[in-house]
Amino acid sequence: MERASNRIVEKRRLADEVFLMKLEAPWIAREHRAGQFVIVQLNEDYGERIPLTIADADAQQGTITLIFQTVGKTTHKLAELEPGECVQAVLGPLGRPTHVAHVGTVVCVGGGIGVAPLHPIAKAFKLAGNRVVIIIGARTSSLVILEDAMRAIGDELIVCTDDGSYGRKALVSEPLRELCLRTPRPDQVVAIGPPIMMKVCAEVTRPFGIPTIVSLNTIMVDGTGMCGGCRVTVGGATRFVCVDGPEFDGHQVDFDNMIKRLSAYRDQEQAAHERCHLELAARRAEAHRP
Amino acid sequence: MNHPSPEELAVDAGRRLAELLALGRPLTTKERLAIPVQEMPAQDPVQRRSNMHEVALGYGPEQARLEALRCLQCRNAPCVAGCPVRIDIPAFLRAAAEGEFQQAIDIIKRASLLPAVCGRVCPQEVQCQAECTVGKALKDRARAVSIGRVERFVADWERAQGHVRRPEVRPATGRKVAVVGSGPAGITVAADVRREGHQVVIFEALHKPGGVLMYGIPEFRLPKRIVRAEIEALQAMGVEVVTNFLVGRTRKLRDLLEQDGFDAVFVGSGAGLPRFMNVEGENLVGVFSSNEYLTRVNLMRAYDVQHADTPIFRARRVAVLGGGNVAMDAARCAVRLGAEEVHLLYRRTEAEMPARVEEVAHAKEEGVQFHLLQNVKRILGDEHGRVRAVEVLRYELGAPDESGRRRPVPIPGSEFVMEVDSVIVAIGNDSNPLIPRTTEGLRTDKYGHIVVDERGQTSLERVFAGGDIVLGSATVILAMGEGRRAAAAINELLRSR
Repeated sequence: MERASNRIVEKRRLADEVFLMKLEAPWIAREHRAGQFVIVQLNEDYGERIPLTIADADAQQGTITLIFQTVGKTTHKLAELEPGECVQAVLGPLGRPTHVAHVGTVVCVGGGIGVAPLHPIAKAFKLAGNRVVIIIGARTSSLVILEDAMRAIGDELIVCTDDGSYGRKALVSEPLRELCLRTPRPDQVVAIGPPIMMKVCAEVTRPFGIPTIVSLNTIMVDGTGMCGGCRVTVGGATRFVCVDGPEFDGHQVDFDNMIKRLSAYRDQEQAAHERCHLELAARRAEAHRP
Repeated sequence: MNHPSPEELAVDAGRRLAELLALGRPLTTKERLAIPVQEMPAQDPVQRRSNMHEVALGYGPEQARLEALRCLQCRNAPCVAGCPVRIDIPAFLRAAAEGEFQQAIDIIKRASLLPAVCGRVCPQEVQCQAECTVGKALKDRARAVSIGRVERFVADWERAQGHVRRPEVRPATGRKVAVVGSGPAGITVAADVRREGHQVVIFEALHKPGGVLMYGIPEFRLPKRIVRAEIEALQAMGVEVVTNFLVGRTRKLRDLLEQDGFDAVFVGSGAGLPRFMNVEGENLVGVFSSNEYLTRVNLMRAYDVQHADTPIFRARRVAVLGGGNVAMDAARCAVRLGAEEVHLLYRRTEAEMPARVEEVAHAKEEGVQFHLLQNVKRILGDEHGRVRAVEVLRYELGAPDESGRRRPVPIPGSEFVMEVDSVIVAIGNDSNPLIPRTTEGLRTDKYGHIVVDERGQTSLERVFAGGDIVLGSATVILAMGEGRRAAAAINELLRSR
């Protein structure tokens, strides 16, 4: 069998802490459908396995595009890799693909790094013949990503920032509410971003009865159904994000429980993150020494 | 309990062995029955509580020969009938007793591919040793010949010689077989099919091959170097191992057959979907499946805090739910990771526990506290959604159920609260739905297990399955037995094509 090299062919910094990386991963590129993710590991002996969303895939070229934010040790180390280098392990595509159908008007809402996984989904809904309205938001102007790519897809694009430094000063839920009040109403909403944003978006659409898909990014070890670390409560039942998701009916997800579960290892993650920054700083100081 | 040191055990065995050999004649049945069971040398319980090294240290040659001499060489060999892969047990024990260790291991390998693994993890007391005449004659199953310990000794002896004999591989046939999963079933199929000269590719979803031997069974019970050696042996035979490849997602099973040129596929993907109890609070922070807990510790090496990036929950007071080997493994890992108290709750009594007797004994020696006839009714959380306690319900044993074990019946009003900060659920696994869901026409039963015929053939042509994806949660040796059967069917199919 030909092996995937996972060689990095392109790397760009999209925002302060946000990177885009294109990898040679022909198997994953060929099978990838909108809504799926990969598990990445930088060191097979001691490295952790982290889920990352696939922002784009090109079956012809055999490449996938990952967009990630440097939030912990592994993502920082990933961001240090340069084109030509290889990522040791990439497993995927994982999770069930988005159910894409022709429904009419679809509102795609992306917050922060959540815009990355939203991109292939918005594209797929557009290709399926829907009218696609896209809302993207970020804390501040420097964190807005994929604006051009999204503008190319959407029939309408609304950009918001929390601090008003770019686009509209609003949370993404505000324009979403306005769209829900319009006639005709949107037929479907897809909301991806921080858990609290998805929760708020689901609350906005609930009174209108508009089906709302959310895509969950939880703690995971294997990503194949084996560990159950990713489990969430959906409609009162326990579901696994890796094999039953990552997408669920936003009106059924117990976000409060999910948010708490995400904090299970916070102390250890923070300590590792700090150590990682210290190491980085030390390495930079070393490099600048005459 | 006070155990003699490994040195004391070896000296004592050496002396007895010399006495018996000095007789210069075959031993009588009475003499054989008079040889005491050779105790397994083990790491001191206090020391091992804080390390991950192997607990059972293994016999030396004197103990192995002496234990093998206890075998009566019964002509009807009831032990063989108790072995899922039908090892010629009396023959290998006779060779071991004579000190012909190479011959002994050769005999085992005719039937079993993983003696170093099975010698360590097989539940011998309910298989070969359950039928042993010695145990019956002494009216104590625990005093049967320690077949597994001698098996382990000769397997380790061969590895220590540095020239482990590999099965011969026939000339290339041009046929190609895909094996999905690199656990005990997959390893067995790969070796048996490769021997016939067929090309074999193993696809493993995780980053390290070995399946449950790698992610599930802890280092202190099955050192990972032994698993690695088995995988390297397969590779030396020419088996290709592809990791980070999830059949069903990275490639559909049908594509392997229809586009990638594989002539047959064996699915040995294991029982990979942890079962929870459906009780209140099971998604609180601090509740883990045993799979997650053990995977973090074993595969991701979270016990090695200095090097590993994967975190493990710092538990002080742990409740482990279940009575199988996995529950023992999880409880004993928690002890080693520094938990102050580890409580194991099981809703039947120790007699019904599916765990190996040896693991139960080891767990107790290491300070795991057993709470029998008890089960968790709900898990209580604090304001941060973290576990603070479990509510426990007491049980009594009623009439036997369909499994033949007496059914545990809850005692109403017996609830009490046990303060813990984490809960590990070790009550078994359901089938992983991934391959059935992505493979049209593959039949499963109501539990999601893949349905196979007596040859391991699934509802799809050229697709075979075995191990836990067929059996539910079973054992290493049963998975191996299934693998052998399926491999024979695959070899037959490829001969006729």
